[in-house]
Amino acid sequence: MTTVYMDNNATSQVAPEVLEAMLPYFHDLYGNPSSAHTFGGQVAHNIREAREQVADLLGAASPEEIIFTSCGSESDNTAIMSALHTEEGKNHIVTSRVEHPAVKVLYGHLGKNGYSATEIPVDKEGRLDMDRYKESLSQDTAIVSLMWANNETGAIFPVEEAAQLTKSRDILFHTDAVQSAGKIPIDLKNSSIDMLSISGHKLHAPKGVGVLYVRKGTRYAPFLIGGHQEHGRRGGTENVASIIGLGKACELAGKHMKDENTRVRALRDKLEQGILARVPSSRVNGGGSERLPNTSNISFESVEGEAILLLMDEFGICASSGSACTSGSLQPSHVLRAMGVPFTMAHGSIRFSLSIYNTEEEVDFVIEKVPPIIQKLRDLSPFWKPEGQVCASGT
Amino acid sequence: MWDYTDKVKEHFLKPRNAGEVQDANAVGEVGSMACGDALKLTLKVDEKGKIEDAKFQTFGCASAIASASALTEMIKGKNLQEAEKITNQDIADFLGGLPKEKMHCSVLGRQALEAALANFKGEALKEQEGKIVCECFGVTDLEIERTVRENNLTTVEEVTDYTKAGGGCESCHDTIREIIARVREEELPAVRPKLSNIQKIRKIEETIESEIRPSLQQDGGDIELIDVIGNRVLVATRGACAVCKASEITMKSLVEAKLHEFVSQELVVEEVKE
Repeated sequence: MTTVYMDNNATSQVAPEVLEAMLPYFHDLYGNPSSAHTFGGQVAHNIREAREQVADLLGAASPEEIIFTSCGSESDNTAIMSALHTEEGKNHIVTSRVEHPAVKVLYGHLGKNGYSATEIPVDKEGRLDMDRYKESLSQDTAIVSLMWANNETGAIFPVEEAAQLTKSRDILFHTDAVQSAGKIPIDLKNSSIDMLSISGHKLHAPKGVGVLYVRKGTRYAPFLIGGHQEHGRRGGTENVASIIGLGKACELAGKHMKDENTRVRALRDKLEQGILARVPSSRVNGGGSERLPNTSNISFESVEGEAILLLMDEFGICASSGSACTSGSLQPSHVLRAMGVPFTMAHGSIRFSLSIYNTEEEVDFVIEKVPPIIQKLRDLSPFWKPEGQVCASGT
Repeated sequence: MWDYTDKVKEHFLKPRNAGEVQDANAVGEVGSMACGDALKLTLKVDEKGKIEDAKFQTFGCASAIASASALTEMIKGKNLQEAEKITNQDIADFLGGLPKEKMHCSVLGRQALEAALANFKGEALKEQEGKIVCECFGVTDLEIERTVRENNLTTVEEVTDYTKAGGGCESCHDTIREIIARVREEELPAVRPKLSNIQKIRKIEETIESEIRPSLQQDGGDIELIDVIGNRVLVATRGACAVCKASEITMKSLVEAKLHEFVSQELVVEEVKE
């Protein structure tokens, strides 16, 4: 059975060019970049190149603003914890209700440890409530952390506008750009964003490498304390091969940006429209918001997401669900709940996330397979009535 | 991805008895869409009390569908008395086990069966009379108590896995903890019922007669019960025992041990010198 992989917001395949770039660093070029000898020292040179490639994709003013980390979560944690160190005395932190757990859970933890955390709501399309956001900023605010694009719906926040509002108030601004890097243009040199996180494995680099961008001049305190690596901003011997891979992946992402926003977007739109046209009582979550070109979050009324995923799995189709049963928690995704998606829809949500490697044939295959799957589950469901109306007592 | 058994997968991919029994005379509906899973069980019970047909409709995940499918297989052809005895663990066992986070699917099956049987008899469900503990998922104290008891649960996490209670806002966790403590307390080894004085003396005499005297007599000794004052058992030794220097040890090691075993832990044996 062939795999039809449409779960790229979860993780993506390592690009063949990336793998090729990495391989020498496992056998020929295994030196430690910190070593005094040429054998190790040459590796440091190659890491500098990778840093430049990342800086280029992000439009950073200087490669020195790039700190390599182990993952997106480490980057998020580093940025937020750094702000709490450097802004000592300030006790207020701001975020949104729809963040990735790397930020959401950390904020929850800080909220229990003396910090006052404000979670800005979103509307039914997943758009940030900018009025509430403006009101939330105060003298006591240490940091704002807002995701650039939502991993579940692809909804894009106006992070630049949000960052400008912090600048005049001397508040640090961090954004989790894990889902947006490589999919939409980022230009940090003309931005008010102070810190930004990305993750390698979401843009065809391997798992286990990430980046924290820290604007030059930003107050900063390291999270991982140790050696002098990354200019003393992140201790620990460099994950050389993965860093080289991430550099290459960033270079490729820059080249593929146009393809991502035209061809991939067209495939996503075809998939979405194809499914909506064939499945009654289905809808796109966050469809009214500005969105990433690759993400589609579709809800099917009266069925449950995990059951859909497992039936799709029988055809090799890979996607995700925001249903309670998928996550092991008992409630549907916090993102869909924050958007006020009715529970008749929230439990039956499926996220398709495409990449440049998807083809039109794959999209056609999914459009063909999904409708009968939904019908099969609806036939089993006590809430589904043949005329397509949800039972009024379905509470 | 959940680690489902082949049997769960099979019942999910090819559910048995899906749908509604058209001339059903027992219907059980449990769960809700808000909670994320719901089950409607329709049964046809014949005049002899045998479940002739059973069908289900499920809104829920793979294990909810598999549990309902399994349940219908388990109850078809059974009489009501047999069906009544089916527990959620039986459903999970039938499927070769469920991931612990999914045990609530088997509980949903048991609840639906119970609701259908109550519906057949025209009774109200006992569990529904309880007080709501978990507002998020509408779970009552009686339902939690019962599940804790039947599945020998000890933590809030387990209660959540089995009933969903506590899986939402978490504000009911203290109450769940109290319920667990209450049930656990009930299940401490039953304290031997308090004996009346007459019963106690009679039991002491019986124990001496059947458990103690024979072994003393083997050694040429004997024992006589003089009096019982509260928990003090006054005895006198006779024959070989009376002159035996080890008699005090005999008392402690044999008589008292036997009385503790057969009558009460609280008894203290004292030897009376005449």
